[in-house]
Amino acid sequence: MELQAKPAKVGVLSCSGESEPEGTITRNAVRLVMEKYYPGVAVSLCLPLYLAGDGGEREFSKKYPVITVDGCEKACAKLSTEKYSGEVEYSIDIRRLLAEWGIKNKLSRSRPGELEWEITERVAGEIVSIIDKLVSEGKIEVQDTPGQ
Amino acid sequence: MNRFTVSEMRGRDTEDKKVYVIPCSGIGKPTASVGRDAAYRVIEEKRPKIADTICLALLTLGDKEALEKVRTADVITIDGCAKDCAKKNVEAAGRPPVSSHRVPGYLKDNKDCKPESVLDIGEGGEKLVEIIADDVAREIDRFSGGAGAGCDCKGGCC
Ligand code: SF4
Ligand code: SF4
Repeated sequence: MELQAKPAKVGVLSCSGESEPEGTITRNAVRLVMEKYYPGVAVSLCLPLYLAGDGGEREFSKKYPVITVDGCEKACAKLSTEKYSGEVEYSIDIRRLLAEWGIKNKLSRSRPGELEWEITERVAGEIVSIIDKLVSEGKIEVQDTPGQ
Repeated sequence: MNRFTVSEMRGRDTEDKKVYVIPCSGIGKPTASVGRDAAYRVIEEKRPKIADTICLALLTLGDKEALEKVRTADVITIDGCAKDCAKKNVEAAGRPPVSSHRVPGYLKDNKDCKPESVLDIGEGGEKLVEIIADDVAREIDRFSGGAGAGCDCKGGCC
């Protein structure tokens, strides 16, 4: 008999890197998942709170399985989570994804247009697939997913 | 009062003067989106010759190169709420920002400029972006003696 309750939520953390277009994509993709695809299930945290907060934020990865979404190979969200909070379940690197998808266009960090939003939707889809996987693996218990 | 920390800009030659305008990385509040857009408006449109930004998360992580940048240049922070993450992460790097701003303070003074949502700040949010960006640009001019003024269009008009 399983005595320990499974978490009903999943933590999705974006690096939100301000200087890179990929950073803007991470932020918007995570918001899309929170608002449209897994509302009430996908929860996030402002990353700089790991350092600026009261310490409670460092419990994040102890409370939820965490997916990090980073704009580039510097992997700030992944490494910060490992440094301050704990284990990361899955991580996404947008720059690597863009290379895989063959997207070489110059992207805007400040004014996302049609292409940037198309990529953002694709990245949100990647995050959703990972959450689906966590659900099917029984790592989170989702009652209903109104956005699905 | 929106500005709550102002100190003298660190004097150096105009040539190598760089100001980092760093917004917080807030993901849950429309005011954080306003701060982010205000920073972009300053560095890309209003003062591109002198202003730039860096990823705040690099400071949270403790990236050596990023820490060095904020220790040796002037930094202006824009935060989306009273948690002041941008300000505090810069301070933790070892040198306080020359000036810090909070979007909610501006909103209090401009009640008709309420941003709509995180992903779409709407018309009100856009107005607030402009107000904050103008304020930060003026501040940069004041600190730098006008070194970064002009739009960098190279048309000879500014
Ligand atoms: S992972 Fe890359 S884009 Fe994201 S905050 Fe770090 S340096 Fe910036
Ligand atoms: S200042 Fe507020 S909105 Fe900005 S990152 Fe921190 S907690 Fe989030």
